[in-house]
Amino acid sequence: MADLVSHPDEVKVVSRRFGMGATNLDRYLEMDGYKAVQKALGMGAEAIVNEVKNSGLRGRGGAGFSTGLKWSFVPKQAPKPKYVLCNGDESEPGTCKDRLIFEHDPHAVIEGVIIAGLAVGSHTGYIYVRGEYRYLLDIMQKAIADAYARGFLGKNIFGSGCDFDIYWHGGAGAYEVGEESALMESLEGKRGIPRIRPPFPAVVGLWGGPTVINNAETLASVPHIILGGAEWYANLGPPKNGGTRLFCLSGHLKRPGVYELPMGYNLRKMIFEVAGGIPSGRALKAVVPGGSSTPVLKSDEIDIGMDFDSVAKAGSMLGSGGVVVLDETTCIVKFALRTMKFYQHESCGWCIPCREGTDWLKKTLIRFHSGGGVKKDIDNMYYLSENMLGRTFCPLGDAAAMPTMAFIKKFRQEFEDHLDGKPCPFEKAGAAVMV
Amino acid sequence: MRFSDQFEQRFAEMLTHYPTKRSVLVPTLLYAQDETGYLSDEVIEELASRLELTALDVRNVISYYSMLTTKPRGKYNVQVCTNIACMLRGGEELLQHCEKKLGIGHKGTTPDGLFSLEEVECIGGCSWAPAAQVNYDFHENLTTEKMDRVLEGYAKKVTA
Amino acid sequence: MADVNITVDGKKVTAPAGTLLIEACKSVGIEVPSFCYYPNLSLQGACRMCLVKIEKMPKLQTACTTVIGEGMIVTTDSDEVHQARKGMVELLLGNHPLDCPVCDAGGECELQDMTFSYGAAESKYMEPKNHKEEQQWSPVVYFDRPRCILCYRCVRVCGEGMDVWALGVQNRGVGSIIAPNKEDHLECEECGMCIDICPVGALTSGAYRYKTRPWEMTHVGTTCTHCADGCKTTLGVRRSESGMEIVRGDNRDKSGINGDFLCIKGRYAFDFANREDRLTQPLIRKDGQLAPSTWEEAFELIGKRFREAREQHGGQAIGVVGSNRTTNEENYLLQKFARVVLQTNNIDHHRTADFPALAAALKGKPGSTASMRDVFHAPAILLIGNDPTEQHPLLAWQIRNNVRLHRAKLYVVNSADIKLRRQAAAFLQIPAGTEGRFAAFLAGDDSAAEGLGPVAGANAGESPAATQNQQTTLGGFREQVRGEQNLVIIFGAEIRGGDIASLVKFGSGVAGAKLLCLADYANSRGAADMGLYPDLLPGYHPITDSGKFHEEWGGVPQAPGLTLPEMVESARSGKLKALYVVGANPVGRFAIDPFVFSQSFVVVQDMFLTETTALADVVLPAANAYEKSGTFTNTCGDLQLVKKAGEVSGSKSDFEMIVRIADAMGADVHKLVPFGRGTTADMGQSRGAQSGEADRHAVWLEAHGLEPKMSPFDPTAILDEIQRLVPGYEVSRLNLVAGSDQHTALVGIATGAAQDPKLIAPATDNLFSSGTLGRYSRTLNSVMENHSRQPVESEVAAD
Repeated sequence: MADLVSHPDEVKVVSRRFGMGATNLDRYLEMDGYKAVQKALGMGAEAIVNEVKNSGLRGRGGAGFSTGLKWSFVPKQAPKPKYVLCNGDESEPGTCKDRLIFEHDPHAVIEGVIIAGLAVGSHTGYIYVRGEYRYLLDIMQKAIADAYARGFLGKNIFGSGCDFDIYWHGGAGAYEVGEESALMESLEGKRGIPRIRPPFPAVVGLWGGPTVINNAETLASVPHIILGGAEWYANLGPPKNGGTRLFCLSGHLKRPGVYELPMGYNLRKMIFEVAGGIPSGRALKAVVPGGSSTPVLKSDEIDIGMDFDSVAKAGSMLGSGGVVVLDETTCIVKFALRTMKFYQHESCGWCIPCREGTDWLKKTLIRFHSGGGVKKDIDNMYYLSENMLGRTFCPLGDAAAMPTMAFIKKFRQEFEDHLDGKPCPFEKAGAAVMV
Repeated sequence: MRFSDQFEQRFAEMLTHYPTKRSVLVPTLLYAQDETGYLSDEVIEELASRLELTALDVRNVISYYSMLTTKPRGKYNVQVCTNIACMLRGGEELLQHCEKKLGIGHKGTTPDGLFSLEEVECIGGCSWAPAAQVNYDFHENLTTEKMDRVLEGYAKKVTA
Repeated sequence: MADVNITVDGKKVTAPAGTLLIEACKSVGIEVPSFCYYPNLSLQGACRMCLVKIEKMPKLQTACTTVIGEGMIVTTDSDEVHQARKGMVELLLGNHPLDCPVCDAGGECELQDMTFSYGAAESKYMEPKNHKEEQQWSPVVYFDRPRCILCYRCVRVCGEGMDVWALGVQNRGVGSIIAPNKEDHLECEECGMCIDICPVGALTSGAYRYKTRPWEMTHVGTTCTHCADGCKTTLGVRRSESGMEIVRGDNRDKSGINGDFLCIKGRYAFDFANREDRLTQPLIRKDGQLAPSTWEEAFELIGKRFREAREQHGGQAIGVVGSNRTTNEENYLLQKFARVVLQTNNIDHHRTADFPALAAALKGKPGSTASMRDVFHAPAILLIGNDPTEQHPLLAWQIRNNVRLHRAKLYVVNSADIKLRRQAAAFLQIPAGTEGRFAAFLAGDDSAAEGLGPVAGANAGESPAATQNQQTTLGGFREQVRGEQNLVIIFGAEIRGGDIASLVKFGSGVAGAKLLCLADYANSRGAADMGLYPDLLPGYHPITDSGKFHEEWGGVPQAPGLTLPEMVESARSGKLKALYVVGANPVGRFAIDPFVFSQSFVVVQDMFLTETTALADVVLPAANAYEKSGTFTNTCGDLQLVKKAGEVSGSKSDFEMIVRIADAMGADVHKLVPFGRGTTADMGQSRGAQSGEADRHAVWLEAHGLEPKMSPFDPTAILDEIQRLVPGYEVSRLNLVAGSDQHTALVGIATGAAQDPKLIAPATDNLFSSGTLGRYSRTLNSVMENHSRQPVESEVAAD
């Protein structure tokens, strides 16, 4: 069980029931549990969609697409059943927030799924939890069973005449399955290869039916929006970036942890005040602001608000909320290598640029970091990344290319310092370098 | 091929959750592996026939997911994360320590069949790095000393 | 569908709504490169080679997955697009072994072509490549993993096209690999489609690998000599010590009725031609032993003995057995020779289907037979009997893909749970032997329904309600089929005689219905059409009504001759003095006691020593269908060219041998083969690999040791006569010569009275056997051994 932290600047919305025993349904009910669903049952589909649209809630998985807008794409009438799918396949390096939601507040996810279902006219939801999170799947299973036992799920929920079923589903180890169409493939019992789009999942999704798929944090935010109102939620953050966000602070920090802060919260403050700054008095070198796929920010680029638009303006992405902090002792080449090693390992292999590009970059970075690099490798790596960027079958290729290009562009000198058989300047003498 | 009653019960229930049979495949493979240690030819054939798939289909799926294995491994699979957040806080040193301690490398198994070791990608312990999983149990904020105690704990479980 | 207008590279393009951008581009000659896109297979978007710029889209888009939209403005040839393609090729080449000099695909490799086109010539890759050893997956399929570019064409053609699903994708990322269904080997139909469709040299053929370089071969598109479906197969030939050696069969020429398809036999089983035990000189029995002789001696002997038999005992003392694998021209010539020169109607062949009964039943119903192309386009198909997957692989392909691509409705009636059941909208399993009764039931005889059994719904996986609906009664089944339009009724040899008439009757109640009768060998239909019957002339003219044939040929015996079993009986009683067997093995096929012919003079033309040559007095070494020119008619009635590809020195075509025997008998060869007439005689362009000179005909004739003149050995001279005299064969000659299949109409004129359905003996070949011929194919034997599908001795057929 992961430790919880707190800081006075936090605005607890999604995390307000963390550590309060809300896995217990009675405790959950004492804390406004299932009130949102009951309110939503009386609202009508269109009103729910509008409320969520107006709240400024944007996808917490990383892409930051307007949740209400996404829901509005689902056709009203469809010959096949519609589905709501909760993406709990959290695996972006640097990200560990959905884990806390499942652990501490599973019913909030269930409520979110039901409300999404009401919004799009679906009667079936699936909650997909990554395979490594077995204890969370157990918690989720129990929560679903408890909800059925009370009549919150199943036939005629809350006596509304409306039926809604939710089923749990477990993965078995694959980052790529976090991509929405790959997740559907996985749920259908197949290899997690993304699908050709269009058609988009909202029109043709699970088993061919229109499907809404949202990140667990997104769905867990929905009941709070329904209860607190769109305006309240939107005003928590800057324009078009409603609400709060679970930021997963990790790396070289005194007080790493998952903090819920308003959207737009200053990154420098987040690092130096909320998380206590860097230990041992060392200097900050760089920050990866939104999970491993987001371009790195240098220490002088962090006076920005942590919302989708501000971070984009700074040349990176808010991503999944994983803020990884690197101090001056970190070798950027090694960090780039470890990042690429991940993408090479997780590439599904379907398309040429991602499959071949990640492997090539990984191999080059290994050689490069261990002193075998030549000058043209640097340009070559940049060129390779450019050839992947925007040309792969799914965003995984971009996720591998973007950070690599940023590392090279912003820390070229460090790459050059590895040239000509020089040992890595950051390695302790005599330490093995092979990864 | 016999699985536990709990497995069968869950399997039967899961089949009712989806419009197609094969949808149960991924979680079912993992539950089967939990019971049999690895996905043997026998398990593959059994599940293929239950789900009206070819063994090839099932193998295609198994080989895609990193948690699934067709080769036996130790009773306790020690999975050390070395991804970025853990790397910054000593994940690699932790892995090296485990290698030395257990005398095995990545994907190796100790001769007594007790431990396997695996270097894994991010397991969602970033804010509590470095992190490791032994089977499904999370161990976080690890140091080499703490890791030793964790491993000893599992070794004791067997002798106890 | 409504048309959509788009602009590609400044060109206006109009195409039907729903067209893929890559196809729309192709329609105006703009080639968008791709590896993974393949027409009629599911879309992948995997290779990213077809990226193009579409206005208003921020990223490049894959042309293979983009459906055209009104007003779309597309650029396929900008620096950005060019760089994207170059980048993809570079990424592929990074781990590619670049062993082109020893790769089978070298010279005909799409990766090479793409590298050439986009100039990815600089090697940026410095790392060791991911090497893996080559694997043998079956006697005919090899897999070289490092060469594989993962376009998934093989996986799709095996699954979607063949419905075999023997290939999968395993692992992920750079470790992704194409995997066979039995871990380290394949268990499949061995069609080799995966090899053919592979854009690189990852999948190679056991029969061809490391034999030659593609550019050292000459390619000849001809018709397959195995089953009766008539696939076009392209034979790659090369000069060898013994003539022209066939080194490869494939279907690179997609213009045939088979399109992309070819089965194991068409692809690999040409190897009988190159066997060392081929006969290459005439053999004459001397002192009880077959001994080599000269052609002159052999023809002189045959001419003398045949003439003596005719003069001393009359034509009824001579029997002739024709072949299912000789050309139409040879078959026609053979029966003409028998009737005109030998003065006998004792001529027969190994019958595998009752075409005369179909011809009789179709009297007055012109245009009622289905072509092989019809089977791919018909909205509904009724299949009674047979197992096309095993016996008619192309037909099965057409049916399967018609269902998949055009949603045709397939109705299957069979005594066995045949594989095509999987595509069936409804499947009816009836006891073996009741197919005829089922035909009668269809035709309206309700009393025939008894014991035919219930209809089983075939589409597993559909909702129980749908299955419930399909549990229709037998009558419902009949009504359902009757309600279809443009139905193709396909039936196997289970249905013969009057039962065929029942089917025709049923068909006449269905709008646009067409029939298709299944025979077993490459030219079974041609043998029947050309009149290899004791009682029927070409075109199923009754011998008793020889009309125009009598006028053209002069004296033809008027009484029906002996059937094959009757000839055997005649020989047993000492009356049959001579037997002439052309390209057949009746002794082996019908287990005839060889001593029956001890008093007959027996001449056999064949490639190999068989059970029948064992009792011959003279054996003449024959060329096979891959070594001569002419035409074949497939089981549907599609007429196609047979072109000379291979050559084995010492052998002669059956055509030439028949003419030379006639000549040796003193017959007027000008009358037998009307050569030198008209202008339609072909000047050698249909003779394949040897053509290409100014005076092609002369060159060819000289190369074959023939007199350089418009000779009586020219089969096209007989084709003139066939087209003139055989009803239904008056197809476009120029289209035919251009390589197009021409559907002949089966014009019903016969009564079929003397026909006995019991004379039909189906070959019961499967995917890996091919009558007597199959024995001589090393590939077929090795595959059969691998699959433990040893042929049962009694199943070995004649032709």
